[in-house]
Amino acid sequence: MAERIIELVDVTKSYEDNLVIDHINLYVNKGEFITLLGPSGCGKTTTLRMIAGFDLPTSGKILLSGKDISQLPPNKRPVNTVFQRYALFPHLNIFENIAFGLKCKKVLNTYRNKDGEEYTKAEKLSKKEIREKVERALTLVDLEGFEKRSVSTLSGGQQQRVAIARAIVNEPEILLLDEPLGALDLKMRKEMQIELKAMHKRLGITFIYVTHDQEEALTMSDTVVVMADGVVQQIGTPTDIYNEPANTFVADFIGESNIFNGTVVGERKVKFCGKAFDCVDDFERNEPVDVVVRPEDIKMCAPEDGILKGKVVSVVFKGIHYEITVQVGKYELVINSTEKRCEGDVIGLNIGAEEIHLMKPKYTTNIFDGVITKRNTVAFADGEFECDLTQLYPNSRLDEEGYLVTAAGEKLDLTDTEVKVEVGLNDIEISDYAEAGGTTGHIISIIYKGDHYRLIVRTEESEEDFVFATADLWNENDFVSVIIPKEKIKLTLKNTEEKKR
Amino acid sequence: MKLRFSRKALCIPYAVFLLFFVIVPMLVIVFYAFTDRNNHISFQNFIQFFSDPTKLSTIVYSLVIALITTAVTLLIAYPVSYILARSKIKKKTVLLLLFITPMWINFVLRVNAIRELLNWIGLLGEANYFNTVLGMVYDFLPFMILPLYTTMQKIDNSLYEASADLGGNAVTTFFRITVPLSMPGILSGITMVFLPSMTNYVVSDMLGNSKVTIIGKFIETYFGSDWHMGSMIALFLLIIVFVSTIFTGGFKSEENARGANL
Repeated sequence: MAERIIELVDVTKSYEDNLVIDHINLYVNKGEFITLLGPSGCGKTTTLRMIAGFDLPTSGKILLSGKDISQLPPNKRPVNTVFQRYALFPHLNIFENIAFGLKCKKVLNTYRNKDGEEYTKAEKLSKKEIREKVERALTLVDLEGFEKRSVSTLSGGQQQRVAIARAIVNEPEILLLDEPLGALDLKMRKEMQIELKAMHKRLGITFIYVTHDQEEALTMSDTVVVMADGVVQQIGTPTDIYNEPANTFVADFIGESNIFNGTVVGERKVKFCGKAFDCVDDFERNEPVDVVVRPEDIKMCAPEDGILKGKVVSVVFKGIHYEITVQVGKYELVINSTEKRCEGDVIGLNIGAEEIHLMKPKYTTNIFDGVITKRNTVAFADGEFECDLTQLYPNSRLDEEGYLVTAAGEKLDLTDTEVKVEVGLNDIEISDYAEAGGTTGHIISIIYKGDHYRLIVRTEESEEDFVFATADLWNENDFVSVIIPKEKIKLTLKNTEEKKR
Repeated sequence: MKLRFSRKALCIPYAVFLLFFVIVPMLVIVFYAFTDRNNHISFQNFIQFFSDPTKLSTIVYSLVIALITTAVTLLIAYPVSYILARSKIKKKTVLLLLFITPMWINFVLRVNAIRELLNWIGLLGEANYFNTVLGMVYDFLPFMILPLYTTMQKIDNSLYEASADLGGNAVTTFFRITVPLSMPGILSGITMVFLPSMTNYVVSDMLGNSKVTIIGKFIETYFGSDWHMGSMIALFLLIIVFVSTIFTGGFKSEENARGANL
C-alpha cells in the first residue's frame, strides 16, 4: 500500500453559521498529483487552505504522515503554496522573493568537537547555499538570469513561474496549487499544464491542485476529487471519474452527458427514452435510476437498425467532431461523431450495454420538517404553504372556527404541531414573482435530462433545497418563488401527542 | 480678429497667484535675510545667526522636540493602524473615526482642553518640554494614523499568508513584509508630523508655559522687531524642510513612491 502523506479525517469547517466543508474524508498518497475539482463555492479552496494552515478546521483532524497538524500555524508545516494571484512580494526582486523561504529556514548541521563527539546545531543556510538553490529553482522554471528583475516587470506567465520557484525551492513535502493557471490565457495555460506535470514527475513532490476546470483536472492528475457543496462527490482516477461518474452531478460537471430518468425493467435491462436497453449495472427491478450516456458513445445507423429512431435537429462542427442533436419523440439526445449528418435526416441510434451508466438517483422526493401554524398552513423551508390538514387524521374535517374534527368527533387544535412534509419531484413549480409561492430561493443547479430539466432551488435563510423537474428553461442563480399546490403537500405527524382542547 | 483661446490660458490665474503669493514673497524673504536695516546687502544676519549659541540651541531644541514628537506619534500610530487595517470587525470605520474625529475639533479648543487637564493634574508649568511633546503627539496623531492605515489596508492579505507559508514567523513577517510595504505611509506620516511640530508654537506656548521656544515661535518673535533676522531664520527653516523632504522621498514621482505597494 502506498504511503499516505496527508489525510483529512472527518474535517468540517464553518464560518459563523455557514457550513462550507461538511465532514470530508480524504487521503493523498505520497508523490501523487491530486486535484480538487468543483464549481466555485464547493469548498475546494477552503480544503486547500486548511492543509496549508491558513484556515483551521472547525472539527476533525488533518494528519501529515500520521501526525496531527490541524492546529499548527502555516510556518510550521512542511507545505508550500502557489497562490491564485501569485502573491509575490512587490518590494523584493525575483532573487529575494525566491530566497524568502530559504532565509527563514534553519537546518541541522552535524559537527565533530575536539573529543570527536558529534553534535548538531540548527543553522541558517549560508549565502552561497541560498544562491545555488535559487539559481537551481530559476533554471527549473526557465527563468535563468532573472534574479535582479523586479516583480512588476514580469508578465503573468513569468510571475507564475516565479511563484512556483518560490514554493519548490523550499523542497516541501507537499506543494499546494490554488488555481495557479486561472489568470493565464488559454495557450499559456496549456503550456503550463504540461510543464507542471513534467515538474511533478521530476521533483517527486506530492502536488495538491485546486481547479474548477475539468479538462485541466483530467489532463494533469493521478487522482481527481470532485467536490460540490462542501461534500466529496467522487474520488477516482480521471478515467474512472469520466467513465463511471458516481452521480448525475459528476456526470454533468465532467464532460458532456446525456442524462435521463430511467426504470429498471428486468435483469440488466433499463428503460429510458421510451425503449428498453441492455446494460451492465444491476439494480432492483422497477427501481427508478438516473441514466448517463456520453455523447461519443451513441452510435448512429440506418433508421431501421437502431433501437431509437429520431430526427436530426441541429449539427454543429466542433473541429474534430460534429455535435449532433437528435429529437427522439419528446427526448433530445446529443451525439458527438466524426460522421456528418444533415438537419432533418432521420437516423437510427444504438447504445452499447457498457456505455449505459446507471446510478441511484440522489433525490427521490423532498422531505422537510414543518410546523402547523395558527392559520392551518404549514411552515417549512423559510416559508408558509397552504395544505390539507385533514390528511393527518382519517375521515376528519375542519369546522368553521378552524379546528380539526376527527372521525370520532374530537376537536383538535393543531397549532405548533410538528409534521413531516413530503413533496414529490414533479409537484413543484417556480415563478419569477416573489409573492407567487410559499417561499423563495435561488436556483443552484440545473441538469438537463433529455426531455426536462432537474432544478434545485435553495432557500436563503435555512438553506433548504427543493428538487424538482420542470420543462421550462431557467438560469442558474435566478431568484424564484416556490409554488406547491395544496393537494401535493403530504403531511405526516411527527409525534403522536397532540394538543387537545 | 479672431480671439483664440488656448487651453494653456487656463493656467494664467494660477501663474499669477503663484507669482504674487509664492515667488515674490520668497524673494522678499531672501532679500530681507541678506540685507541690513539700511537695505544694504549684508551677510551680518547669516554670520550672527550661526555664531549665536542661544539661537543655535533653540534650533536644536526645536529639532529634538520635533523628532521626539514624530517618534512617539509613530510608535503609537503604527500598532493602532495595523490593528485597524488587519482586523475583520465590521464597524472598522467607526473605530477609525474615533481616532480621526479630534482632527475636526477646533485646534485651539483642543490645546486649551489639554492645558486645563494638565493644570488639574498639576503638571502645567512643572514639565514644560514633556507637556509640549504630549500636546503635539495628541494633536498630530490622526495625521500619522491616516496615511499608515491607508497604506496598510492596501497590503494584500495573501502576502502575509505567503510569508507564513514560506516559514516566516510573526516577527519575520512584520519586519520583512509589513514594515517595507507600509514605508510610503510611514514616510508621509513623518512628513505630516515632523514639519508642523517644528513650527506650531501654539502648543509650545500654551502647554510649555511659554518656556519652550521652537523655531516657529522664534520667527514670530523676530518679526516683531527685526525682520531681517526673522527672514534669515525662516529661510533656514525652509532649507531644513527641503532637506527632510528629500530625505523622506517626498520628491519622488508618484509612481515610484507608490511602487512599494504596487
